Amino acid sequence: MKIFNGKILFLDRSDINTDEIIPAKYLTELTKEALKPYCLEDLSLPGFDPKRDIAGKSVIVTRANFGCGSSREHAPWVLECNGINLVIAENFARIFRQNMFNCGLMAISLKKSEIDEIFATFAGAEATLVTDLAKKTFTVSNAKISKVFAFDIGEFDLELVKAGGWVNYADSKY
Amino acid sequence: MGKTVAQKIFDAHTVDTPAPGVRVLSLDRVFCHEITTPIAINDLVAIGKDRVFDPTKIKAVIDHVTPAKDSKTAEQGKTMREWAKRQGIKDFFDVGENGVCHAIFPEKGFIRPGFTIIMGDSHTCTHGAFGAFAAGVGTTDLEVGILKGVCTMREPATIKIVLNGKLRDGVFAKDVILAVIKLLTVNGATDKVIEFAGSAVDDMRMDSRMTLCNMAIEAGGTCGICYPDMVTVDFLWPFIGKDFSSKDAALAEYSKYLPDADAVYDKVVTLDVSEIEPQVTFGYKPDQVKSVREMEGTAVNQIYIGSCTNGRLEDLRIAAGILKGKRISENVRAIVSPATPKIYREALNEGLIAIFMDAGFCVTNPTCGACLGMSNGVLAAGESCASTTNRNFNGRMGKGGMVHLMSPATVAATAIAGVITNSPLFTGK
Repeated sequence: MKIFNGKILFLDRSDINTDEIIPAKYLTELTKEALKPYCLEDLSLPGFDPKRDIAGKSVIVTRANFGCGSSREHAPWVLECNGINLVIAENFARIFRQNMFNCGLMAISLKKSEIDEIFATFAGAEATLVTDLAKKTFTVSNAKISKVFAFDIGEFDLELVKAGGWVNYADSKY
Repeated sequence: MGKTVAQKIFDAHTVDTPAPGVRVLSLDRVFCHEITTPIAINDLVAIGKDRVFDPTKIKAVIDHVTPAKDSKTAEQGKTMREWAKRQGIKDFFDVGENGVCHAIFPEKGFIRPGFTIIMGDSHTCTHGAFGAFAAGVGTTDLEVGILKGVCTMREPATIKIVLNGKLRDGVFAKDVILAVIKLLTVNGATDKVIEFAGSAVDDMRMDSRMTLCNMAIEAGGTCGICYPDMVTVDFLWPFIGKDFSSKDAALAEYSKYLPDADAVYDKVVTLDVSEIEPQVTFGYKPDQVKSVREMEGTAVNQIYIGSCTNGRLEDLRIAAGILKGKRISENVRAIVSPATPKIYREALNEGLIAIFMDAGFCVTNPTCGACLGMSNGVLAAGESCASTTNRNFNGRMGKGGMVHLMSPATVAATAIAGVITNSPLFTGK
């Protein structure tokens, strides 16, 4: 099972699409690792610099409808290549969300009020998130404060995370 | 309690319910193209499972970048070609026979009402126009689909969009779906199926229904679905004629997948399409939509007619009808990509290609082309394109470029004017 802890990359915008996460011109790459330098290259977000802001981050916290658009699994792959195994948002585009769990990664929805609270309390400074899958909680901390948020994860999604993805799961069952 | 179309199709295909609200469905078709499939193939080889569940149910095409533009895309094509041969996949469409996946697969008669279909392409929702459940998936879902012929889906909540009334002259399915996406927003149908019902859909040919369903994903929808009727049966008849004693018998069979009268919908939205005028997008999201009238006079640099949304014969006929005897503005360059070789040939035979060329268009081979800026027709920073495609995301057609989505009629009129303008077909009546 993958690790779902680490420093948070805050992306304060809704409807971040797959073309922004990994532009189509890089879809000719034949390995996942080759995508690594192009993560979030076309993201429209004032102040965001992919070359500066992604390194060392392990969790994305963002707003609504993250990963909308294309079916390209290159989007979860490029996040994973950069050490990001967990995205937390108000909701996700269906295909992106399924792709995350299919890879054994996590895409977790929190209520809008909780996302608002995380942004209000922690964005703008270094913050860390620790996942407790057994208790289904995230602990978000900075130098001064620490807050715990409960989350829901579907039984089947959890199976995929534990199995390390859908290929392993399906091959053992069907 | 009554069932929606997707619920009926799910019930007929469920092989497992691994958890509440999740179904594992058997698949009637797995469609493949060269951008999202090779990594699945390579992974299957790497894990020692280089097999396919049923080579007759897998259909494959090279369409996004074709003919190959460089060594990497050549490698993607080679991977597909060798795999299709190795696995005995007879319906593989390579250079010379290939076209845009969501145009060529329907044209070949691969879809039936009630089918379950996946593909590693978000616009797979197009095939719901035939009353099928067709959903875009990622490479891992595709890989399992190829290997096992199954895919997981959540229970399909459905939004019903009832389109009543008659379209005004010069208003097309593209304008309708842009108006619907504006209404729903890009997140409005996330995790939901969209059923398109009403007299305006009944009046549409399959080409238009595919345009409608093609953009369901732009509202977040899993699949767009139109109800199978005699229009569907007529389209499919060359392929199904041997299976049924009459068209009525075929329709009776396919009517199993019509929704129950008491089906439960997440939401029902009713629109009078006679109130819709030609639509165009203005931003980087497909729900940023205005009327062409409001955007009149906006300059563009490039014109593009093609794609799985609007690269079909009906689209080329409409555009050519407006371009006949005219020249494009000296301020624009124009490209048309017939979506399949069959469409290309018919457009040649009907004289449409001559009209495009006389007007100053570059005619490309069938390919996804400029739509996603992977091969030809890429915009420079600061440039814009009047396009019949489906996505206007930031950077979609080239870094720093802007795409204005619109109907083939509006694109053709814009080509002549050099600025966004209503087509002469739209008179307000």
